[in-house]
Amino acid sequence: MIVSQQKPFEEILKMLESEKSIFIVGCNGCAEVCETGGEKACSELKKKLEETKIKVNGCTTVDFMCNKLLVALKISRYKEKIDKVDSVIALTCGIGVQSLASVVDKYVHPANNTVSLGGFQGTWPSAERCAQCGECVLDLTGGICPITNCSKSLLNGSCGGAKNGKCEIDKELDCGWENIYNRLKKLNKLENLQKQVKLRDYSKMFPKAELRKTTFYDVEK
Amino acid sequence: MKLTELFPKKFVVTSEIGPPKGWQIEKCLNEAEHLKGKVDAMNVTDNQSSVMRFGSLATCHFLKDRGMEPVFQVACRDRNRIALQSDILSAAAFGIENLLLLTGDHTTLGDHKDAKPVFDLDAVSLIYAVKKLEEGVDLAGNKLDGVPPKFSIGAVVSPCSDPVEPQLIKMEKKVKTGAEFFQTQAIYEVEKFVKFMEKAKQFGVPVMAGIVILKSVGMAKYMNENVAGVYVPDNLIEELKKDKEKTKSGQTGIEIAARLIKELKPYCQGIHIMPLGWDDKVPKILELAGL
Repeated sequence: MIVSQQKPFEEILKMLESEKSIFIVGCNGCAEVCETGGEKACSELKKKLEETKIKVNGCTTVDFMCNKLLVALKISRYKEKIDKVDSVIALTCGIGVQSLASVVDKYVHPANNTVSLGGFQGTWPSAERCAQCGECVLDLTGGICPITNCSKSLLNGSCGGAKNGKCEIDKELDCGWENIYNRLKKLNKLENLQKQVKLRDYSKMFPKAELRKTTFYDVEK
Repeated sequence: MKLTELFPKKFVVTSEIGPPKGWQIEKCLNEAEHLKGKVDAMNVTDNQSSVMRFGSLATCHFLKDRGMEPVFQVACRDRNRIALQSDILSAAAFGIENLLLLTGDHTTLGDHKDAKPVFDLDAVSLIYAVKKLEEGVDLAGNKLDGVPPKFSIGAVVSPCSDPVEPQLIKMEKKVKTGAEFFQTQAIYEVEKFVKFMEKAKQFGVPVMAGIVILKSVGMAKYMNENVAGVYVPDNLIEELKKDKEKTKSGQTGIEIAARLIKELKPYCQGIHIMPLGWDDKVPKILELAGL
């Protein structure tokens, strides 16, 4: 099971500082078990956000947000509402954020940090998408993870080693940062690339054993 | 002497040396000495192209001993933030005043393909780390003992990249973080560079255009295929093809380099020549370019 923790509310507010209206999407899979997704976490976040000046224009949940097809199907029902908001916030793991970001033309903010995948990459198995870094950076990068998509896992932009959009280590491999640049450009958010100097906190990769044990599937003992 | 102190006074010229694969550094230093008085400073590459070599820091120290001004290149590939900060403090004690901070090539491009690529920091966060040290604290926020170090902080940019916008964005981020001068990837397309500088001059930091001597047609074609942000136009390749004897002796490469410098000079604040072993050709290039 994928274990996630909700980001501190102040961090969520900072992500949404330039937004007037948002739409909430939560996951009914692992995140619901962790109480970072599902109906309950969504309505709690909705309530908290409504106490600020941000308007919540709607809220829904998807059974497994790591399943791109399920996400696309469910989201299509809310197209009109989503078209009207500034951005979407996702209560799910890093994989769920990336699947949602790949199917909506809105900026997707991650509400959670993914701390452990328990060896499971969700139900979008074509690639490794989340590295359980514990401090999800997808908010800066338009829903494409620089840790898994850049061969150097850089956090502050491309290294300059890409040629024709491909990585210096493999001519068949997309430069993750060029994909991020293209996504941000499309969403009119290139200013994100200037926002902050990001240093990774590797200590977050070692969540407490207690936290990693809080799964229904932890039957190995 | 800090390069940042030189820019207001003159058109700055730097070259670079790559330390040897071995510990006997004498030959390398003697070669560098040919350029003493002809260039303002010498970059020392840091395990360039991810090939294990004699250390950049120690080479810089020896250059300093011989009265030359080194630019200590520091890449993020081989050391984590603890080792990087530690080496930069060591550089300060050796009197090294100029740094060039880079992300570095991936380990799989070099001769130890099985090595662990570190990249704990990247070019931007390394600049941030050096700025912190200059403020008297380390990246963890702990106070340094004594007087903080002070450097002239260099960074790199690739003006002929396609697309170029991500390069400009990252350049701006580097400037905002603390980069004080730039050395560029090799330039062969003057027009592209001029267009780049039209946008880059707003950042208000000196830019030194990169020159790599074209040694052969094969080298030009290899770079076009494999080196990011470098494109040698057909007319230069034709020029190299024309007179085989001249190309063999390096004369054509020298002439092209000198011509590029003359064409680039009005648009930048300095030139950085990367001779890739042809150090002995640098004085001739400078002479032909009128520097």
